[in-house]
Amino acid sequence: MTSTVEPEVGKARLRKEDARLITGRTRWTDNLALPGMLHLAVLRSPFAHAKIVSIDVSEAKKAPGVVAVYTAKDLDPDGSIAMPCAWPITPDMKSPRRPVLAADQVNFAGEGVAVVAARSAAEAHDALEAIDVDYEDLPVVLGMENALADGAPLVHEELGTNQNAVWVFDSGEAGSGGDVGEAIAKAEVTLTRRFRQQRLVPAFMEPRSCVVDPTSAQLTMWSATQVPHILKTMSALTLGIPEHKLRVIAPDVGGGFGGKIAVLPEETMCLLVAQKLGKPVKWTESRSETMLTAHHGRDQIQDITISANRDGTVTGLKVDLLADMGAYLGLVGPGVPILGAFMFNAIYKIPAYRFACTNVFTNTTLTDAYRGAGRPEATFAIERIMDELAAELGMDPLELREKNWIKHDEFPYTTVSTLTYDSGNYEAATAKAKELFDYDGLRREQQERRDAGDPVQLGIGISTFTEMCGLAPSRVLGSLDYAAGGWEHASIRVLPTGKVEVITGASAHGQGHETAWSQIVADQLGVAFEDVEVLHGDTQSSHKGMDTYGSRSLAVGGIAVVKAAEKVVAKARKVAAHMMECAEDDLEFASGKFTVKGTESSTALGDIAFTVFAAHDLPEGMEPSLDSDATFDPENFSFPHGTHLCAMEVDTETGRVSIRKYVCVDDVGAVVNPLIVEGQVHGGLAQGIAQALFEEAVHDETGTLTTGTFADYLLPSAADLPSFVTDRTETPSTTNPLGVKGVGEAGTIASTPAVVNAVIDAVRHRGVNEIEMPLSPMRVWSAIHRGDTGAGGVGGESGGGLGSIDATGGAQ
Amino acid sequence: MRISVTVDGTTYTDDVEPRTLLVHYLRETLGKVGTVIGCDTSNCGACTVHLDGHSVKSCSVLAVQADGCEVTTIEGLARDGELHPVQRAFHDNHALQCGFCTPGMIMQSIDLLADDPDPDEQAVREGLEGNLCRCTGYQNIVRAVRDAAHQMRPGAGPEAERLTEDTASKVGGGGE
Repeated sequence: MTSTVEPEVGKARLRKEDARLITGRTRWTDNLALPGMLHLAVLRSPFAHAKIVSIDVSEAKKAPGVVAVYTAKDLDPDGSIAMPCAWPITPDMKSPRRPVLAADQVNFAGEGVAVVAARSAAEAHDALEAIDVDYEDLPVVLGMENALADGAPLVHEELGTNQNAVWVFDSGEAGSGGDVGEAIAKAEVTLTRRFRQQRLVPAFMEPRSCVVDPTSAQLTMWSATQVPHILKTMSALTLGIPEHKLRVIAPDVGGGFGGKIAVLPEETMCLLVAQKLGKPVKWTESRSETMLTAHHGRDQIQDITISANRDGTVTGLKVDLLADMGAYLGLVGPGVPILGAFMFNAIYKIPAYRFACTNVFTNTTLTDAYRGAGRPEATFAIERIMDELAAELGMDPLELREKNWIKHDEFPYTTVSTLTYDSGNYEAATAKAKELFDYDGLRREQQERRDAGDPVQLGIGISTFTEMCGLAPSRVLGSLDYAAGGWEHASIRVLPTGKVEVITGASAHGQGHETAWSQIVADQLGVAFEDVEVLHGDTQSSHKGMDTYGSRSLAVGGIAVVKAAEKVVAKARKVAAHMMECAEDDLEFASGKFTVKGTESSTALGDIAFTVFAAHDLPEGMEPSLDSDATFDPENFSFPHGTHLCAMEVDTETGRVSIRKYVCVDDVGAVVNPLIVEGQVHGGLAQGIAQALFEEAVHDETGTLTTGTFADYLLPSAADLPSFVTDRTETPSTTNPLGVKGVGEAGTIASTPAVVNAVIDAVRHRGVNEIEMPLSPMRVWSAIHRGDTGAGGVGGESGGGLGSIDATGGAQ
Repeated sequence: MRISVTVDGTTYTDDVEPRTLLVHYLRETLGKVGTVIGCDTSNCGACTVHLDGHSVKSCSVLAVQADGCEVTTIEGLARDGELHPVQRAFHDNHALQCGFCTPGMIMQSIDLLADDPDPDEQAVREGLEGNLCRCTGYQNIVRAVRDAAHQMRPGAGPEAERLTEDTASKVGGGGE
């Protein structure tokens, strides 16, 4: 489309969303106060594994303000309600029933056992104290290797095993590459490492909340969820509520990062209690409840072997993974490691590859999607082992990467894990990053500090990465046994005055959809940015959708908007031709106007909209509407990439590390709003750096979460982070009309290995080749001084294992 | 207990339980839901308001302690339809994403600037240490506070120290 006005796409538009957010006029779920509304509070198990012998709620029922107290036997008498898992990765996957409230047994500390409904939240919480539960201890199993050991206590006795599923990809069998066993046997060099992905808490700022109003013919549920559409359908399936009688609204949602992708037991509980009592109910969790019961992320043990020639050419890659599912399966939890399976080979041409993961049950909070889901874990492992291989071969780590990566002129390129990367330019991003970073200068300084024996050493960490974004191709999701598709839907309503409403199925929680979608529609229809209103997150107006996760909103949902706009233009063209008495082909559309080619004669979209509204004289057979619906299901994922460089100062006397400089050049394809892209990169970097340096969810030997509040779980503050230098290259995706790729997860995926590689690079000359995350001063100091302290097991072929000397080592 | 508190310019008199936290009084009794709750350990700062002109975490103050005091919340900042310079700077610098921490961040930033009208980057970072954000990586928040400082400094009107065309396009281009 040609246009005489400056395009909106590509402009750093300030966000439409901000107006309500900076003035406190926000619609958080917990803000709702409906007439007659009751407040719910959940009694949670203090034990990680125990039989419930009895529950006595009689005193609680008499407590002030209490209207009702329910246990599992009241809400689900025949024990038929099960929280859904949508990703049965193998036909024989073990899928234990996750109840709304535990009936006979609790399987993690924090599992709900009873719920109180009272006139106020304070009264509901007070009454929890009066519930008397008699528990009988069961042996607790923590740590994936412990759980798989012979004779280990079983989380779910009835399954006969703690093994959830085993999933394998082998390039020899798939025909996408050679046999990895052969590659390793023939290799000049092989290197095996064990990496640990510690357990993390997504830690969105708005705690989860749910309100259900049963007082009209339609049940209405408000929830702080990422997935209102999925929640609606799953609730209908789980509870047998007729789907057309259920409306789900995700109003303003205070962050998600994958942590609000779940279909919560508490949401189901709210539906059941509201229906029983016939009154609106609200449940809002405290932060301590969030930490215990909102799903956790990561938690994998990665055994990885790489084989190569002495010249640095990688010949094979073998990955054996253990993934901790926790006590139950989340909505997509079993599939998270599989998303990583396709990314271990990363940007490299690897001729042989084998991936196997074993998902394991333990008596812990369940794990599920967390920003990047599977790809950060994979990227960490490959980028770490590439550094180790470079050290083994005596090569510069960047040179080793260059030797193996897919070159710009080799795209499209089908990888050993069968993905076809449509476009990319690793050379350009790396060159730009090196220049911004002053790579050569910092390497010189590193050498000088080393030569001088400076107590503060300098390290340089590299992460050249790609990811798979735009979680859709429905046929691919189907081939991986995911239960649903991944398409996205959009509607455009052209109002009589020419203003436009866009309805998107991608449900935003901070990403800026209202602004970005307005920019897209402004260009497509030639209307003003201000004349577009974007509606989302309410299944009544946004009647179809697959919601927001996996950096899919723009690359899938944004393209659905483009497709809907194309249909609007096609309809308007028919009306314009009728109005102007010419052939449709004689009209060109630009800047919101149809012009008869070679003339000054034109009609604006707004005029056409009113003509259609009046409907006095429309083309034969035409409905009086320019509105349109479109659904987009891409052919392929998109593959953003980038080069992240981190310079880290490491105080060898205290173990303290600090980021001296962080540079990233990301290639997220074409950019709709550079301001939003930059913001997403900043936030992603903070989360990935936090995994490297600060965050870990730790259970003690009884299965109690010892990092259960923000006082113990180290979320970084402004004072803990530096300013980042961010820039971009633009290699458009070739598989969608905007050329966009997605950006939400890039920073998180790339930054963790860049930071860890930098710290290890700073002290490699002291014999350090592994430190477990998070890199606390204690761990860094111990790794440097292990010869002095005699604390073994740090680094080397045996991998991590600081548990013996570090109180934060957790249960592994 | 009966308390009388002036919130955003209006005086309210209410009976409250002695254990009621100021944040619950604001949200539940007065319907001032612009102030939000992000944790239960006073770590996150999402509930920050001004009590007699100074920032407090309203989850760490009892409502009865606010008796006779003046409270300003995010909802009382804009005057005559004009945003406070810090609110505007947060918007202009894309210093928010989901926006949940934003009310507390803005209230804390205003107090920070009252103490130090021209903070450098490190001073802003340390001044915001008690307020957590999960979306922005803090970089644009720091930028917003410093931008607001320039606008609020005596003699520097809102227009005097705005980003130049050149720097604005650089910001937009993703570079620093």
